[in-house]
Amino acid sequence: MALSRRAFIKFASAAGLACAMPMRAHAAGARVVVVGGGYGGATAAKYLRMWAPELEVTLVERDREFISCPLSNRILAGAATLGDLTRDYATLASNWGVKVVHDEAVRIDPDKRVVHLGAGDNLPYDRVIVSPGVDVLFDAVPGWESEASRERVLHAWKAGPQTLALRKQLEAMPDGGVYAITVPRSPYRCPPGPYERACQVAWYFKTQKPKSKVLILDANEKVQSKEPLFLTVWAEMYPGIVEYRPNSTLTGIDAASGIAKLEFEDVRADVLNVVPPQRAGRIAADTGLITTNDKWCEVDFLTFESTARANIHVLGDAVLAAPLMPKSGHMANQHAKVCAAAVIALLRGEPVNPAPMMTNTCYSFVSDAEVVHVASVHAYDKEKKTYLVTPGSGGLSSGPTTLEGLYAESWGRNIWADMLA
Amino acid sequence: MKNCAWMVMIAGLFSVFPAQGQEESNGQALAATCTGCHGTGGVSSGPIPSIGGMEAQQMAALLHEFRDGKRPGTIMPQLAKGYTDAQIEALSRWFATH
Repeated sequence: MALSRRAFIKFASAAGLACAMPMRAHAAGARVVVVGGGYGGATAAKYLRMWAPELEVTLVERDREFISCPLSNRILAGAATLGDLTRDYATLASNWGVKVVHDEAVRIDPDKRVVHLGAGDNLPYDRVIVSPGVDVLFDAVPGWESEASRERVLHAWKAGPQTLALRKQLEAMPDGGVYAITVPRSPYRCPPGPYERACQVAWYFKTQKPKSKVLILDANEKVQSKEPLFLTVWAEMYPGIVEYRPNSTLTGIDAASGIAKLEFEDVRADVLNVVPPQRAGRIAADTGLITTNDKWCEVDFLTFESTARANIHVLGDAVLAAPLMPKSGHMANQHAKVCAAAVIALLRGEPVNPAPMMTNTCYSFVSDAEVVHVASVHAYDKEKKTYLVTPGSGGLSSGPTTLEGLYAESWGRNIWADMLA
Repeated sequence: MKNCAWMVMIAGLFSVFPAQGQEESNGQALAATCTGCHGTGGVSSGPIPSIGGMEAQQMAALLHEFRDGKRPGTIMPQLAKGYTDAQIEALSRWFATH
């Protein structure tokens, strides 16, 4: 007991300070603004507060309600309603203390570190997380310039009014008609989405309008996700209904007559549905975050910080993806967790996790109840500075099952709660 | 000499916290790869199983069985192959204690 009280206090407080200073002092009251309340942004906002309650977190989202794109193809078969896929943002505030602002993020000033809102307010930040999703490049499709052409030929690639309008077009189509869906060159949001949509429309036709056809016009040379499963489903469940045409690049449309112009022929459809060419959402472009092919944002995959602008992180579909990393809602949820942990570490002055991991799980409905999946594990590779699929991991369903249909519905409820509740 | 011994003991006490913090954040990061499907904290509304609060040894055993092809499943046999023994242990401990 020779250690004097004074020496003990001196030592202990020095040691305590050394431990505590980086833990709290730098992060207390730090401000993080999240732009965009989809799968990426909402998850980031919640997890920031869950893991670091000392942070001030503001989520900027223009819409009052969240509507899920995943599972929305079911609406086209009449197997789900928009209400089934809709959640509100109130629980982010009440359960997690996220300040939710329903407004448009008009501009980000990277030098002054301020997000400017449509209503005129400014949100200062220490770090901002941008999760803007994708914008539809209408101008990349000749013939899709006018409002009338956009009402006649729908994309329905963001769940909401367009999804309901496409369902109405299908309902109004006489039996014996043709529904054509065009698929843009990869990468685009939700690689299996167009093929799942074809299955949903085919199921509706098979049960309600059996003389009708589904035509898939794919700019790519092959089915971009779950290929063997979709090819089997079309052959076995929808023979004579689904026709798949690879290497069919859309060069323009004639909206009034429902014509898809391809390189060597014109194809007429009673319902023409264009999955549009896409790029990272507008605010990413305006903030100088787009680095690649004038479309996508490169990030440091340890932190998801933009390689072009300091203190700005980018998540989800807007990111220039790693090899075999799909633009999916589940992936955006995973981006958000890696990013949230890194933002907290950076604000606290702690080391960032040097070996982050992510998983992807993606279910596709091939009928009203049967589902197939693709899954993968992605681990950070410190030499290549990107994520690589862990060898031997992941894979496809052996075939469609109703058990996976129940899992898919459970996945929806759980991931929406993981983002918002 | 006695002073020195005390200092070492106290220093040891403090150094425990960063180590625990690292294990905690490692477990937290790994567990976050599961919660997109299994729900925040591993609490699922079903039929995807809830895994929050599951006994650590039981969860690690399940994951090893999935990984080694000894337990049938849909997605889990494929995902479990992406995790090392140490990662399975860390995330199983995290779900058992949170």
